[in-house]
Amino acid sequence: MKKQTVDSRPAGPKPWYDPRIRSIFFQFIAIALVFWGGWTLVDNTLSNMESRGISTGFGFLDETAGFGIIMSLVPYDATMTYGRTFLVGLMNTLLVSAMGIVAATILGFIIGVARLSSNWLVAKLALVYIEVIRNIPLLLQIFFWYFAVLGSLPSPRQSVEVADSFFLNNRGLYLPEPMPQEGFGLVWGAVIAAIVVVIGLRAWAKKRQLATGQIFPTFKVGVAILVILPTVGYLAAGAPLEWEFPALKGFNFGGGITIIPELAALWIALSLYTASFIAEIVRSGILSVSKGQTEAAKALGIPNSLTLRLVVIPQAMRVIIPPLTSQYLNLTKNSSLATAIGYPDLVAVFMGTTLNQTGQAVEVVAITMAVYLTISLAISLFMNIYNRAAAIKER
Amino acid sequence: MGTIMTEQTQATDPKKPVPSQTENKPDIIRVEGMNKWYGDFHVLKDLNLNVRQGERIVICGPSGSGKSTFIRCINRLEEHQQGKIIVDNIELTDDIRNIDTVRREVGMVFQHFNLFPHLTVLENCCLSPIWVRKTPRKAAEEAAMEYLERVKIPDQANKFPGQLSGGQQQRVAIARALCMKPKIMLFDEPTSALDPEMIKEVLDVMIELAGSGMTMICVTHEMGFAKTVADRVIFMDGGEIVEEAPPHEFFTNPQEPRTQKFLEQILQH
Repeated sequence: MKKQTVDSRPAGPKPWYDPRIRSIFFQFIAIALVFWGGWTLVDNTLSNMESRGISTGFGFLDETAGFGIIMSLVPYDATMTYGRTFLVGLMNTLLVSAMGIVAATILGFIIGVARLSSNWLVAKLALVYIEVIRNIPLLLQIFFWYFAVLGSLPSPRQSVEVADSFFLNNRGLYLPEPMPQEGFGLVWGAVIAAIVVVIGLRAWAKKRQLATGQIFPTFKVGVAILVILPTVGYLAAGAPLEWEFPALKGFNFGGGITIIPELAALWIALSLYTASFIAEIVRSGILSVSKGQTEAAKALGIPNSLTLRLVVIPQAMRVIIPPLTSQYLNLTKNSSLATAIGYPDLVAVFMGTTLNQTGQAVEVVAITMAVYLTISLAISLFMNIYNRAAAIKER
Repeated sequence: MGTIMTEQTQATDPKKPVPSQTENKPDIIRVEGMNKWYGDFHVLKDLNLNVRQGERIVICGPSGSGKSTFIRCINRLEEHQQGKIIVDNIELTDDIRNIDTVRREVGMVFQHFNLFPHLTVLENCCLSPIWVRKTPRKAAEEAAMEYLERVKIPDQANKFPGQLSGGQQQRVAIARALCMKPKIMLFDEPTSALDPEMIKEVLDVMIELAGSGMTMICVTHEMGFAKTVADRVIFMDGGEIVEEAPPHEFFTNPQEPRTQKFLEQILQH
């Protein structure tokens, strides 16, 4: 007699009908394609570069750049290296992005709340702003601010001036620069002391509210302390501050702080454009909080401003944060449009001039992409941490 | 729909609060010739109502009859366009100071609870006492725990509203309103969004509250509750007060044909 093995499981399907085997098979094919594609790219590039005699590697970063940059936050001149141009470009990108994020956030929140105002005129003005600004291409807006608005300012000799110290012309806005003299350390000390005092005051006010219920006007008193203490320190040190005023030298101004029109145009355009998107995000966030929440707060006798702060905003934030993050990322990446008007950001300085002069395309592009990726991931990480803190516990 | 109690069970029901002795008490709410429109639609027509301190009023009527709108006018969640509403000697006008004062004295419980989902049960209860009444946090929390015990859920104090059942949430909402120590409580269909088995736990809390002498105005379809607790039942239809009577009279001998028809329809089952 033949011994029969009893298998309790149902007979398996043929291998090519088994979903597990299929999924492994297709994943294997996908990985193979990716590797093949990557290898082809690298191999092709290397052999092409070799045949044209292009050197590879990051040695070019130590070579002398030999070109000037109209604006830099770190000391720079044409005798410095390409590595330095990278740093200058990066700083300029970060500067305009940070300024843009701050301005767009403030403006966006104000317009978003205004859009929901019960005042007809305010709500309609906000609506018109949003619809006009977000439906015009950003590049066009940058050109508008740069050529149409700032470009039509008078020449340096006919500058608009205020009190012989502020000058506005088509080369930029010139401001007096504060030059701290000896003894200014006392003012910095006073500023730090004021911050410490305000932090202490906040803690004390909170403790007192928990204990006695009295609410201390922390904000007003805090602002007063922040203004008064440094002023006292400044006067006590004998006003150790001198101003360097800009002055017309030849065809242009020298001295003082200069805000170049390229920065101003880019900053204004980026801020206004992104603010229109943020306003819609804020509006949808506030609308996502049900009307019952404000009614419940009203019924408890909580005044409107407190309702917004204690009930509506905390709930709206969880809806606002994720799309707000992508607007921040967009703004940072859109800042690369700087190239179009010649603001020396990372793309203009490094991927433009440096790349043209050195011909090291692969390295320069790789570095630039890595930088944008890093900035974006850093913003995402920060916003995700905040989002997690603001999330509502449901179960 | 809650069960309708017979005369016998009602008389011996230990839970039935003592009929409130309010004949000599002053009026705490006066509504005189009040009218309200939504655009062209006349929602509330010439309403008059006086409520004495400690009185318990139940308002019933078909949907769309304006009963919710009416009690929402009493704490100015809705504006009225004509007539007077005087709550605790303060007339409700456009003056926001008056409105805030009245709202502090009038608690409200909503059909959909409207608890604040980002705050714990205890924080929900303490929010207004701390920020509006300026009570010290410790005192506010102690008071809140007392009220949570009264609605029988002190053990849920540190949970979030999303973690509670509907009946528990509604009891928290009642405790939250009581934490402001209001003189008047408004209930806007407090049991309509609840599963049948949870209705009783909420009604029990409301009956207990009625026994403590709180002035209550309650929009509800719970006729059993109306019979047990109300001093007066008001029937509204089409934005008007059609009939107003003590519960015994209201249920056994309604005068108006519209009331009779309404009662027939809801008491059939």
